[in-house]
Amino acid sequence: MQHGKYRFIVGFLAAPLGLYALFVVWPFIQSIYYSFTDWTGLSPEFKMVGFDNYKRMFHDDIFWKSLQHSLLFALVLPLVTLSLALFFAFMINVGGRRRRGGPVVSGVRGSSFYKIVYFFPQVLSIAIVSLLFAFAYNPDSGAINSLLRGIGLDNVQPLWLGDPSLALWCVMAVLVWSTVGFFVVLFSAGMASIPAELYEAALLDGASRSTTFFRITLPLLWDTVQSGWVYMGILALGAESFAVVQIMTTGPGGPDYSTTVMVLYVYQKAFRDGQAAYATTIGVALLVVTLAFAAIVMRLGRRERLEY
Amino acid sequence: MGSTAHHGGDGVGRRDLIKRSAALGLVAAPGMSLLSACASSGGGGQTKDKAGKKTAKNPLGVNESAKMEFVLFDGGFGKEYAEDAVKIYQKDFPKASVKFSATQKIQSTLQPRFNQGNPPDLIDNSGAEQMDMGVLVGKNQLADLTPLLDAPSYDDPNKKVRDTLRPGIVEMGQFDGKPVWILYYAYTVYGVWYSQKALDSLDAQYPQTWDQMLAVCEKAKKKGMAGWTYAGKYPYYLPFSLYPMIGKVGGREVLDAIDNLEPNAWKHPAVKACFEAYYELYRKGYILKGTPGLDHIQSQTAWAKGKALFIPNGSWVENESANVIPADFNLAVSAPTGIDASDKLPFGTIWASGGEPFIVPAKAANAEGGMEQLRIMLSEASSKNFTAKVKSLTAYNGGTTGISLTPGLKSGVAALDKAGSNVVNPRLQDWYVQLQKEKIGVAGLGEMMAGRLTPAEAIKKIQGFADEAAKDTSIKHYKHQ
Repeated sequence: MQHGKYRFIVGFLAAPLGLYALFVVWPFIQSIYYSFTDWTGLSPEFKMVGFDNYKRMFHDDIFWKSLQHSLLFALVLPLVTLSLALFFAFMINVGGRRRRGGPVVSGVRGSSFYKIVYFFPQVLSIAIVSLLFAFAYNPDSGAINSLLRGIGLDNVQPLWLGDPSLALWCVMAVLVWSTVGFFVVLFSAGMASIPAELYEAALLDGASRSTTFFRITLPLLWDTVQSGWVYMGILALGAESFAVVQIMTTGPGGPDYSTTVMVLYVYQKAFRDGQAAYATTIGVALLVVTLAFAAIVMRLGRRERLEY
Repeated sequence: MGSTAHHGGDGVGRRDLIKRSAALGLVAAPGMSLLSACASSGGGGQTKDKAGKKTAKNPLGVNESAKMEFVLFDGGFGKEYAEDAVKIYQKDFPKASVKFSATQKIQSTLQPRFNQGNPPDLIDNSGAEQMDMGVLVGKNQLADLTPLLDAPSYDDPNKKVRDTLRPGIVEMGQFDGKPVWILYYAYTVYGVWYSQKALDSLDAQYPQTWDQMLAVCEKAKKKGMAGWTYAGKYPYYLPFSLYPMIGKVGGREVLDAIDNLEPNAWKHPAVKACFEAYYELYRKGYILKGTPGLDHIQSQTAWAKGKALFIPNGSWVENESANVIPADFNLAVSAPTGIDASDKLPFGTIWASGGEPFIVPAKAANAEGGMEQLRIMLSEASSKNFTAKVKSLTAYNGGTTGISLTPGLKSGVAALDKAGSNVVNPRLQDWYVQLQKEKIGVAGLGEMMAGRLTPAEAIKKIQGFADEAAKDTSIKHYKHQ
């Protein structure tokens, strides 16, 4: 039966692998190549400059600042988003009190409604979400400060996006708001596949909600949480963080570079300053950070698979 | 292939060979086209159209049947004025096909075309996605516009185009040396914008010294109105009144030294005096609360609603805020307030300069056509059309007689008359974009006006940024001639 097996597999894989190499791997190689040139992005002429761009990057304060912010995004955002999502998903699916005649495991009252509410931000484009919040954060007439005034807190009128010590957190809060719903749905799906008998047995033994969560739900959901972590981290390092920072904090990335992130810096160097080669250099750094992030999460999260 | 399968001894079969070469072709073909589309292809460039015959009616020698492509930035001035000018081109050259398009995304639309070597023939390189002029010039991507400037003007065959322009326009299009790379079509007046009605209601005149300024702000404050607001998220609007003030207080040399990135240029006493004057506005609580968190539209709206008296801005504000400015607002602009009578230049010293940079790419197929289109736009009729439609002056000197001017425009023209030769033109914003906007603007002035830096700290920080830019070999450096 082994006859031609490998040829069969290779035949199947050739086309997708070729496409992958062409559209995914090749651009990476190209960017690495360009990072050794002085290409401006505005003219087809360039020459090799060796490691100049890398030397420059290591002495670039704004690069280090953006790296620091990106790392903060990659650590804090998944932690907050996934914890919230796990909590919500648990309450929606498992956390309810037992009602007479109902199923053993159920969510809190009105859980189907909450599910929709949580998921709602997901249908809005990130650009719209950012714009909405940019208005809400307006210190003069925005919703948040108006609310504070409305409840008598006239003296508490923060500048939000205009304050370097708050701006980054404001931006992160928006990302949490807009992505948590996706993970609620993802984890809900995961929880649905956990056999109800396990919960039943635990409840019979008198387990509390938190014990049920930490002893049953979380361990059985671990794989999903881990992929969610990687996915969220990559979002936080890439596209989503770019969109919110670019739209909400405008200009160069917040007051006094307080919200600059790596992707935004790549964009500015390539499409504002005409330094495409330097931009690809920062892009290479971003690639390294992203790969390292994924590797670390996979390594730390490795544990024995539970079968059920 | 790692296969242990037996092929009957003839190695790779014919069918395999065909399959593999087909697969290879499948992968390689798009690969090649992808490659040729990207930068490493080198880009042979397009073939140039043959020039036409130079005649009195066609002094630039435009090929009458060649295609002409014009890409416009569709911003605060809209696209109607350019469409009108295109119609004239088509009338003059009925055999030519003209492709006109307007976009807000100048760079994303045109960067790939510059890379491939087939850019359009005329571009309004403006807006948030403006391509870096220094890089374009440095990489020989722009055509020298001297032939256009030396051609007879559209209205008068005895007058060169160069002689019909406002002062400073030609110099602004140069980067160290002779060739003129850019033609700025709009003419912007920068300064302090306010409502004459609001000022009258305070029973006040526009202040000429800083003590008067503080007094006016105090008066306004008592009436529950802030003295100033500005685009807090884009504090690089502050220089629109701050730089000419520095020029007024310390003389032009101070601004030139700043533009030339000379060591310690920012440590000049005039700079310090002006920074301290502005900081005083913050310290005394004359800045509208929350200003550092507002963007330009939000701050302009607050100002138009009468929440603040003054705003530093450019003459586009009249068009941009048209829908929030009340009918009886009586918009006016003034040259910046100085410190006192010891200032080097008189009150009235103002910043005015070209806006809307038009360029003709060096690799354009029909560069003559692009220049001819510009020549048409610089005629009196087209200039008038622009001014009437978008409430802004053009590079054409004059062209305001016979059209009714809006209040802001009228006051801008009056301010220019009053300034006479005392017009300054700081170049940081077109020479060193990142330095001006992010570093001086946001990280320096913005932080100072939000009260997070003292003037002395701000000056030290900004001088550091300027020194860094002077040392940075990755950016091109310029000097005032």
